[in-house]
Amino acid sequence: MEKQNFVNIQNLSKEDIMYLISMAHEFERHPNRELLKGKVIATLFYEPSTRTRLSFETAANRLGARVIGFSDPNASSVSKGETLKDTILMVGNYADIIVMRHYIEGAAQYASEVAPVPIVNAGDGAHQHPSQCLLDLYTIYQTQGTLENLNIYMVGDLKYGRTVHSLLMAMRHFNPTFHFIAPKELAMPQEYKDYCLDHHIKYVEHTDFNEDTIADADILYMTRVQKERFSDLMEYERVKNVYILRNDMLGRVKDNMKILHPLPRVNEIAYDVDDNPHAYYIQQAKNGLFAREAIYSRCLGITLEDIKNDKTILP
Amino acid sequence: MSKKERLVAAIENGTVIDHIPAEKTFEVVNLLGLQDLDSPVTIGFNFSSKKVKKKGIIKISDKTFTDDEISRLSVVAPNVVLNIIRDYEVVEKKTVETPDTLRGIVRCNNPKCVTNNEPMATVFNVIDKATGILKCRYCDKEQRIDRVELVK
Repeated sequence: MEKQNFVNIQNLSKEDIMYLISMAHEFERHPNRELLKGKVIATLFYEPSTRTRLSFETAANRLGARVIGFSDPNASSVSKGETLKDTILMVGNYADIIVMRHYIEGAAQYASEVAPVPIVNAGDGAHQHPSQCLLDLYTIYQTQGTLENLNIYMVGDLKYGRTVHSLLMAMRHFNPTFHFIAPKELAMPQEYKDYCLDHHIKYVEHTDFNEDTIADADILYMTRVQKERFSDLMEYERVKNVYILRNDMLGRVKDNMKILHPLPRVNEIAYDVDDNPHAYYIQQAKNGLFAREAIYSRCLGITLEDIKNDKTILP
Repeated sequence: MSKKERLVAAIENGTVIDHIPAEKTFEVVNLLGLQDLDSPVTIGFNFSSKKVKKKGIIKISDKTFTDDEISRLSVVAPNVVLNIIRDYEVVEKKTVETPDTLRGIVRCNNPKCVTNNEPMATVFNVIDKATGILKCRYCDKEQRIDRVELVK
């Protein structure tokens, strides 16, 4: 089967997304297998992201693959000035899949054009983070039983938060209604609002964040106001404490409503929310394992049937 | 226009590029690499024009351009006209058409884009020809065709 890259989310069709979700569901039932026994997966992290790296490496290990790579480019030949292309070609000689995190935007697309093996984008600057998006989609499906016709409320940093942008684009297949809750400085950029208009996606913008605003939500997607995305730290200090979810705001929410967050959180979800049954961000992170197991399968041409009929399932 | 009024000498065979906005004349020269040609090239600018306020005109003897070369002109001077000359007569007029893809012609405005950080060619998809909106194949940033720089 042809090699399949996993570089961006907006190129996936509705069928692709549902197929990956079905695969992730199988991996949730049986996460430990030897489906990738004998395979080598490289994780190249040009910027640190411990959470993402651990999730990708755990997914590889739980499917029986072995892992090579670096989590600190200063310790590799990258620091000697090697081009991305050379590094990718070199590692492509060794590994069956290359998982790459890079601070440069478009790095994964370029890598996929030069690499002899599938590239998985584990985040390229402010551009894309498609595996996070797939785990978000899987979590929404898992908690709501569907991706269709949902009210999705996005809160916090909607300007720099790439997870909300990816989710917005991926949900275009499923007739969502979005509510964007953010301070003016961090409002959803015009290009994404135009994207909604072009794709007939309904959206409402809010600047206030309280019990009433979120009463109709099926999904409350909280985001961190990321200090590293600000060039002006004064602006960061001004907005960082504005949109905080507290337990006493959840009195009127719908029963099926779940609170998601790509993590790590700083203070945007108060700790008293953690024990509320609507809180779901820890389970969400766990879904990252199943989503990434599904991504590896897609990259290597392993089908849903293969996964269902897998004889290598471990107890 | 009679031959008496002609501003620069006529050519026997070759290409006349007309209606170049005057200030873009030398960008067109650069883009087509005319400085490296062996055949005679006449470059004139600041002529009065109805289409553009002041125009440049370039006459290149014994040379025609491929459609690919012509499409490169769309970045600096989308409204120029190329007259193909044979035996002192215009045998064909070509207008510049913006292509669907611009490869290795202009730089991406996003300093964090991989194309500005690796030795590689840029690729832009032209998503709106009428308004000249380009989208970088790599970082997905949309930019206006009149706000991008040519690759040096």
